[in-house]
Parts: sequence; structure tokens; C-alpha cells
Amino acid sequence: MIRRLEVDVAIIGGGLVGSSAALALRGMGFSVALLDKGFCGAQASGVNYGGVRRQGRPIEQLPLSQRAHAVWPRLRALIGIDGEFLRSGHLKLARDEADMASLEAYAEAVAEQGLDLELIGHNGLRERFGWIGAGVVGASFCPGDGHANPRLVATGFAAAARRAGVEVLENTAVEGVTRDGEGFALEAAGNLSLRSRFVINSAGAWAAPFAESFGEPVPLSRIYPSMVVTEPMEQVMSVNIGMEGGGIYTRQVERGNIVVGGERALPLNDPDFSRPRGDGAIAIMNNAAALFPGLRHAQAIRFWSGTEGAMPDKNPVVGPSGTTPGLIHAFGFTGAGFQIAPGVGEVLAEIVRGGETQTPIAAFSIGRFSKISARTGAGSGAGQNQEPHYRGELRP
Amino acid sequence: MSAHSTSERPQPLIVGAGPAGIRAAQALVAAGLRPLVVDEAPACGGQIYRQRLVPDGRSSRDLYGSEAAKAEALHRDFAALDGKLDYWPQALLWNLRDGRADIMVAGTSRQVAHDGLILATGATDRTLPIPGWTLPGVFTLGGAQIALKSQGCAIGSRIVFLGSGPLLYLVAWQYMKAGANVAAVLDTAPFAAKFNLLRGLPLFPAIVLRGMRMTAELKLAGIALHYGVGDVRIKGSDKVDAVAWRKDGLEHRLACDGIGYGLALRSETQLADLAGCRFAFNQRDRALLPKHDAAGRTSVPGVYLAGDGAGIAGADAAERAGERAALALLQDRGLPHDPTRAATLEAELARIGRFRDVLEAAFPFPAHWVKNTADATTLCRCEEITAGEVRAAISRFGVHELNRLKAVSRVGMGRCQGRVCGAAAAELLAHETNRGVEAVGRLRSQAPVKPVPLTLALAAQREAAE
Repeated sequence: MIRRLEVDVAIIGGGLVGSSAALALRGMGFSVALLDKGFCGAQASGVNYGGVRRQGRPIEQLPLSQRAHAVWPRLRALIGIDGEFLRSGHLKLARDEADMASLEAYAEAVAEQGLDLELIGHNGLRERFGWIGAGVVGASFCPGDGHANPRLVATGFAAAARRAGVEVLENTAVEGVTRDGEGFALEAAGNLSLRSRFVINSAGAWAAPFAESFGEPVPLSRIYPSMVVTEPMEQVMSVNIGMEGGGIYTRQVERGNIVVGGERALPLNDPDFSRPRGDGAIAIMNNAAALFPGLRHAQAIRFWSGTEGAMPDKNPVVGPSGTTPGLIHAFGFTGAGFQIAPGVGEVLAEIVRGGETQTPIAAFSIGRFSKISARTGAGSGAGQNQEPHYRGELRP
Repeated sequence: MSAHSTSERPQPLIVGAGPAGIRAAQALVAAGLRPLVVDEAPACGGQIYRQRLVPDGRSSRDLYGSEAAKAEALHRDFAALDGKLDYWPQALLWNLRDGRADIMVAGTSRQVAHDGLILATGATDRTLPIPGWTLPGVFTLGGAQIALKSQGCAIGSRIVFLGSGPLLYLVAWQYMKAGANVAAVLDTAPFAAKFNLLRGLPLFPAIVLRGMRMTAELKLAGIALHYGVGDVRIKGSDKVDAVAWRKDGLEHRLACDGIGYGLALRSETQLADLAGCRFAFNQRDRALLPKHDAAGRTSVPGVYLAGDGAGIAGADAAERAGERAALALLQDRGLPHDPTRAATLEAELARIGRFRDVLEAAFPFPAHWVKNTADATTLCRCEEITAGEVRAAISRFGVHELNRLKAVSRVGMGRCQGRVCGAAAAELLAHETNRGVEAVGRLRSQAPVKPVPLTLALAAQREAAE
């Protein structure tokens, strides 16, 4: 039996971007269906590191990031839980003078953006963050940044959207979407036939086939971050830690566990699933134990990974389709989507409502890939479970 | 097999040196292979035939009772393989992927390629949360047995054994024989359930009669046996001082300072999961277990299961399944193997399987307990999550799948990775969402299967087992 549904906005992908857009749209009075091929918030939005961080982002992301920054302290009012959000500050470490110089250059470049960065030298670091071991020459501190629990936040937005009246359809893979007259026709698993005026493509690592089916191929690839978590510890670290030039990133959650990320995991036979490599996990663990003396006797109790969509220029695609009125894209956050996503949700809702947003997003236009010749005709169906594949000549 | 001679291929890897692992190793060695056997314990035997840490004057008969001959044979046969296999005791296989195992030995992790993997990972106790179950003085039945067998310690000076399953009576009897003060045995099943054992008589008369004899000896020793106990509460402020229960509407209470508690066993399946094996629901064990054929072959070529890790069947089955899995490995490698022996083993395993159905009817799992689990009762002890918090998470987030429940409640996220609370969490989630326990899924395993130190050293290069 075919189930039919008609809504103002159909959102493909129930991650943090899709579910925060759903909640914002519902607040504006739109009828919304939020579709996910699995469970909302179970992919990159729910299994990421949990950094709520503006520091270190490319300057073009900062207006959007600042907008999201205002959302985080309002989570309890917005979704009923605080998501364990802690405005702890984010400290980015420099291992040598070259690292420190690039932290200084960044601080200067973003001076007008309101991050209130504070550069800290070797002695200051010893005084204020004595729990950091040797081998660090300085740092840049962003006091307004912090961290939160992605498992709760992502799922919490979807649950709040459901309570607000969004039709949340989990385990409902979208099998095809076509532009049809004044709107869109979607076919989804479980014999669901859905019509909508707008479609938001927030399908994360699975978004490319939908874009491509509307004549907008994108060089979206997949990355698999690698995480380690320790057993609960006494307080060892008070801030969210990153390192200039990569390496590990780490935070201590309220319960005491320490989450350490770094390296890359590898996909399993089913590329929708991935797991850290043993040697990669050991490298993360050893680095953390070397950098933080308080972790020398800690035990790692669990590793995990997730599937994230990545763009070659590390900027997401956010904004209206260049080919299809009513279609809006938001994907490809390249391992840095968690903090920014609630802001993106608001922006997407504004675009649906009025066709535009006050927040500058031109840098994220899908049009930046438009020199790629689209071979696929607009409006053909896309399979959400289909493995994205790119022909060489499609790369920008 | 082709151009490669056997000796050029990586070794087969056997995980676990209990009855299944030992018999598997023996069969592989007999066929001319040199397996690597890794085991967490300092000495072979598994849980059931665990050896004492130091000689303490107790005989095999003292330690293993009627199973002494089997224990001695296994220990002896494994010792006889010395030099023909590689054996890493006190070794934790903590990760598996892409045909390689990460194995921690003495603080260093070695990566070992293997060709053929026999998982004989055994089982741990299954429990459901009851008030007071996390108090000091409460042990699982298996834990109580280890304390006695391995260290010669009793878990208290006045002990109550509580739960279901054959182990309940066996451990109580072993404690009694060792001279411990056993105050009572509280069986969660009604006495009538035991009549099912009569159906087991034609299959394994000796086992049924032995069970009846143990029960009779417990009674003769003046130990109270209570059947059909429900609403069990363990009392005490900072340690156990009593157990209370209801039976036929009447309240009972018994002072004690040690409790052995268990509701039969659950399979250790993390490594099968990491190896990529497909799982299917097993009605008898009420659990999603790695699928395998009668020979122990899983859905992943070259990965075999044997023993309780493949579904609870006991030590006698484990010996046979270990040997059977080894024969399957030999056959799959194109080596000579004995099909007649394989058929005999499969027939014996099938017979034991039928007997397990009888035992399950005689010692039923009280799945219905979860609907009355008090909100204040701890469900996940690693993460200190109560049943009430789990219920709240289920309704707040609208979850109906176990991994989602873990994500939003932290149940099963701690040191034990859900090995202790996973079964209970699944039962509670199934009850709260009005679904069968087979429909809520299972906790996906993640490495490390047990905690590893952050300072774990990586061996300089991939090593072969020598």
C-alpha cells in the first residue's frame, strides 16, 4: 500500500543540520517531513568529537559560526536539554615557534570577528594550564568556545522537531526525488510517496547523488575520524584542546571520561560503517598520555568512528541550488559541522521562508563547482544508498 | 590451495584456551598446523576448568567434582601440545580487523596476521538488575565459582545462592562441599519447571541424575531450597546483610553476607562482531548471536565459532565444537580431515542441543522481571544509570533500538561495554517499547573489547607469532 504525504518542506537527512532546520521551519509554521535512511543523529552529527569551536575555522565560516554560537546556550529552551554543552573555552596548542606564528597570524586575521582570542606564551601556559605537559611552547585561547555531547544534541533536535509536529520518518531512505510542476515528488522506502514545495538536501556523506541528480555534481568524499575515550577520571583538563597543524584533540566530559580524537579510521566492507585502526588508536592514546601527564595511568575503554562528508576546499555546500528552484543544499562540513550546524538550520529556514538570509554564505555556494559540466540531466532520481562515484573530469 | 605451501601462510589463531580452544588446538596440531592460542588467563582450562593460582593441597576432585577427569584430560592434552603450537597466556586480543589481530601481552600490543580464526571466547553470567545487586558482597555465580576454584576463597561466611540455571545448584553444591556456610538456594523458577528435566533423562541420564543427587545432598545438609522466588531485593547499606523475596504472596527475609547471583550465561560475542560475522536471534538464549553452521563456520570465510561464545551449550559441547571447528578449518584449507569424525561430533552436538532445550525449560530466564524493575535500581553499573533514567531516555528521545538507547543514555558505554548490562537493557527496551527482545537489536561491539592502557606500546613491526 502506498502511503502519501504532502508537506511544505521535505528534508533529506536527519542529522543536526536537517533536524535543526526542521525545528526552525516548524517554528515558522511550515509543515515539514524529516527523512533519514537510518536513525536521526546516528551518523556524523551524533558520533563526532563534540567540539563546539569557532577558533581555527576559515574566516569565511565565522559569520555562520557566530550565528550558531548564539544558539548553543539556548539549547535547553530550544530542545529541552542542554546537551551537556559546556562553555569551557578552546585552547589551541603550539608545539613550536612556527605553530605559534601561525596561531598569531590567525588571531590577527580574525581580530574583527569577535572571537576574543588570547595568545598565551610558555609561562602563561604553565601558570594557567599546568596540567599540560612539556613540549608545548604556547597557545591561543578562545574563551567562548566549548564542547557538548553530540549523541544528545543531534538526537535531541530530532526529538524536539518531532514534538513540534515535524513528521520524522526514520529508516526511510529516499529512493528518488524529482522536480514536478510547482514542487517535488519523493519516493522513499516503505512505499512512501511524498510531495513538497521545497527540498533540503542535508544528507551528509550521502548527499552527492541528490545534488548530481539535479545537475549539480560535487566532489564530496568521505572521511572517518577516529576517537578514543577513557574511563572516567578525576578532573585532568578544564578546556577543549586542539593542536595547531593537526595531531590530537581532546576534551573531558562532565562525567570524567576523556575523549581524544585524531588520525583517521578506515571504512569496513560496508562503507557506511567504519572503525579505527588498532595502530591509529594506539598513536592517539600514546600522544594523549605523552601530552597530558594526568592521563599516564588512564585506560581506554572504547574507540569509535563515523562517516563524514568532506569537500576538497574544506568548506561546506550551503545554499540554494543553482539549477532547481526550491532545492536547497547543506552538506559537506568536512569534520567541522557540529558547532556550526544549528546556525545552518536557521539559515536554511530563512531561505525557505524568504529566499534569502542575512548571514553571508556566498562562499559555500554549490556554484563554486559549476564549471564542472553536468552530464546528468536535472530531475532524474537518485538512490540514497548508492555509493557516490566521481569521474575524473568532474573534479573542480 | 595453490602455489603457497602451508608453512608460508600465517598461523591459524585460536582465541581462548578453555575446552573448545584446547580441542581445536589439538585437532589443528594433529593435522600438522601450528596454531597460535591466545588466552586471557594465566593457565589453560577456561572458566569451567580454571586452574588454581598456586598449589594449595586441593585435588582435581576437590576442584572439579564429577568433572575432574575431563579437567585433567584437557590440562594434560594441552600441556602435551607444548612446542607444537604457540601459546600466549595473559594475552588480550583487543581488536580485530582486515585479517589481523591486535593482541596485548605485558603492556605491548602486537599485530598478528592470521589465516583461519577460531573464536572460543566462552561466556559470562547473565543477570537482571534487582535492588541491591551492586552492593559489595554480591557476586555472579561464575565469579563465586572462580573465587572458590582459583583462590580457594568463599564469597562470605553465610552465603545465599540466587537465580536460575544449572550453575545455581552446581556452585551451591561446590560451596557446600568445600565447607562453606550456604544459607539457602533461591530458585527463580517454580518447582514444577524441574519436571521438564525428566524429558532430559533419555538424552543424558547421568547428568540429570547427578543434578538430582546434588539437590538431594544440599537438602540433606539442611540447606533450604526455595523455588519460584520473585521480587527479590538485596539488603544492606554498604554491604550485603540480607536478601528479601516474595513467594506465593508472602514476604521472606534471610540474613547473609554473601550472595552468588546469576540467571544462566550469556555468550561473549564481541570478537565475532569485530570479525564481521552476521548475527541472528537465538530464541533459547534470548540473544542475537553470531550465525554459524553445525561445524562452526560463520558468515565470514575463515572465521569459526566454538563453545559457549557461539550460544550457551556447556563444556561438553565446547570440547566437541572446538574439535569440529578445527576440522572445518582443515577442510576449508584443503587439508586432509576426517568426515566421519565430523559427523559424529555434529550428532553429539545436536543431542546436547536438544538437552539444552530441556534445561532452558527447567531453568527459565525470568524476562518478566524487567517490567517491575524499580526506577531507582541501577541498570548499568559502569555508567551508574538507573532503570528510571533508561525509561526517561526511551520516552524523551523516542528510541526503540539498543544502540540509539546507548547513545542517548550511556547504557553499555562504560568499562564493560554492555557485557554486564546489555541483556537487561535489551529486555527493558523491548518491554518499554512493546516489542519482542529480538526486535531491539544488539549493542554493536567496538574495540577495545576490554580496557587497554593509554600507554600501550605498539610492537615495532608486525610480528609473526614466534
